Amino acid sequence: MKKIIILGAGTAGTIMLNKLRKALPRDEWDITIIDQHKTHYYQPGFLFIPFGIYNREDVIKAKADFFPSGVNVIFDETDRILPKENSILMQDGTVHKYDYLIIATGTQTRPEETPGLKDKLWYKEIFDFYTLEGALALQNFIKRWEGGHLVMNIAEVPYKCPVAPLEFVFLADDYFTKIGIRDKVKISYVTPMSGAFTKPRATKMLSGLLEEKNIEVIPDFYLEGVDNDKKVIRSYDGREIAFDLLTIVPVNMGSEIIERSGMGDDLFFVPTNKYTLRSEQHENVFVLGDAANIPTSKAGSVAHFAADILFENLMSVIDGREMHAKFDGHANCYIETGGGKGSLIDFNYETEPLSGTFPLPGIGPFGLLKNTRMNHYGKVMFRWIYWHILLKGKEMPIDPLMSMAGKCKNC
Amino acid sequence: METKNIAGNSVSFTEDGYMSDMNEWNEDIAKELAKEENIELGDLHWKLLNFLREKHAAGVSLTIRSVGKSSIVDIKGFYGLFPGGPLKLATKIAGLPKPASCV
Ligand SMILES: Cc1cc2nc3c(=O)[nH]c(=O)nc-3n(C[C@H](O)[C@H](O)[C@H](O)COP(=O)(O)OP(=O)(O)OC[C@H]3O[C@@H](n4cnc5c(N)ncnc54)[C@H](O)[C@@H]3O)c2cc1C
Repeated sequence: MKKIIILGAGTAGTIMLNKLRKALPRDEWDITIIDQHKTHYYQPGFLFIPFGIYNREDVIKAKADFFPSGVNVIFDETDRILPKENSILMQDGTVHKYDYLIIATGTQTRPEETPGLKDKLWYKEIFDFYTLEGALALQNFIKRWEGGHLVMNIAEVPYKCPVAPLEFVFLADDYFTKIGIRDKVKISYVTPMSGAFTKPRATKMLSGLLEEKNIEVIPDFYLEGVDNDKKVIRSYDGREIAFDLLTIVPVNMGSEIIERSGMGDDLFFVPTNKYTLRSEQHENVFVLGDAANIPTSKAGSVAHFAADILFENLMSVIDGREMHAKFDGHANCYIETGGGKGSLIDFNYETEPLSGTFPLPGIGPFGLLKNTRMNHYGKVMFRWIYWHILLKGKEMPIDPLMSMAGKCKNC
Repeated sequence: METKNIAGNSVSFTEDGYMSDMNEWNEDIAKELAKEENIELGDLHWKLLNFLREKHAAGVSLTIRSVGKSSIVDIKGFYGLFPGGPLKLATKIAGLPKPASCV
């Protein structure tokens, strides 16, 4: 029996598990998935919790509900990967051997990396919405808030779902308008990047929207720490911004197991070939999803597209052939812009988001880089698609590689 | 793409004003590029420029955080040496591409 281990049963690991079990004969291949937690979180849903649009029960399900039959499931504490011995060491000392390993441990927030962040105002006036607890605590706070300065800050790049904090301020604008206190709320978007987004055309479209909604952008602000007494955030170049409510995307890092195994870069992301998705260090290790250091968005849609490529390449390696599939960094993100509208961006390593239309057979087309009602429905539908199609590794009517169909370069 | 004459060398630049080929770089060019940014290069600057060039050549993506861990300077020190946008300025003077901060 040959053995494959998938480490991490989030979006990426679950997709891969379903694909592999379907493709590989059960009498030849033993497939194991390992995670420390039993609950699957629909993370894109966290964004809607602070505004009471979603609640806890809308975003959690049992991980095991999405596993196919005929696989080994281990929910237990992991210690480290021993790549030279082709094995995973568990905290209780058990060792699991593999012929091939797929790392899918994602990225987690590390508020403790920023001095003063996880201090006396944490979950009182400072919140993240990248965890379920944070999003729920923020919902509780916002319900009773009467206004003041809302500061949305991003502590470090890269972070998963780069559009999420933008969507948050758009939804906040919408929410405070609806409950009639928008004139008492000042909203600032404070980012270490040099604009609202890094890709020029998307930045232009999004900056326009931010201005229209009276949201101030403060770029090039690299967070040094939070002063809980003065209620300010401070940057390394000495600027201070006072807040009444601070919502933050804390530093994102790869999993502690990557750190303990010595397999990561500065932020514990695994060095990965951006085309083949194989680890740069170990020939029988592949990396899928947010855990990889590849230069594209850390997003569920990316993990889904990349899964097709990784699958092809793993099959080639198993058969002793050259790897021929090449990932292009394809990302496809709906951006919730408030007021029941949304935008859509579609891009890859080489091509920045362009305008035009995105053809989706049977449902679309969706307007690219445009603010439309249809795109908002795209985002709403995404939750259904996520639970019922994406995680199960079923075919979606979107090609894994980016297509130029419907896009226009000069408009 | 644009070609300029800098300190007697013909050097090509991208649209964002970064050198397009790190191999065209030399110390005289760096001094001129630094002057355009009103920076006078001292020992620590040179150590950092070389550190960034080595990391880039090894295929590592550059971040302010990684410079802070380099044991040459801490992040505050990095801001002190290249005021404003330390990574943007330092990579520019080091003849490297504009750092792709986030996608
Ligand atoms: C607020 C928010 C909004 C978002 N919106 C969108 C969106 O609209 N569209 C989109 O495409 N994406 C969105 N995303 C991003 C998306 O959720 C992630 O990119 C995606 O889940 C990544 O999948 P993954 O499998 O790599 O990581 P995850 O799904 O995070 O899974 C990682 C798994 O690894 C496990 N793990 C970690 N460490 C260990 C260990 N040591 N041992 C064992 N197991 C371990 C974890 O328990 C977890 O189950 C959003 C994310 C957030 C936070």
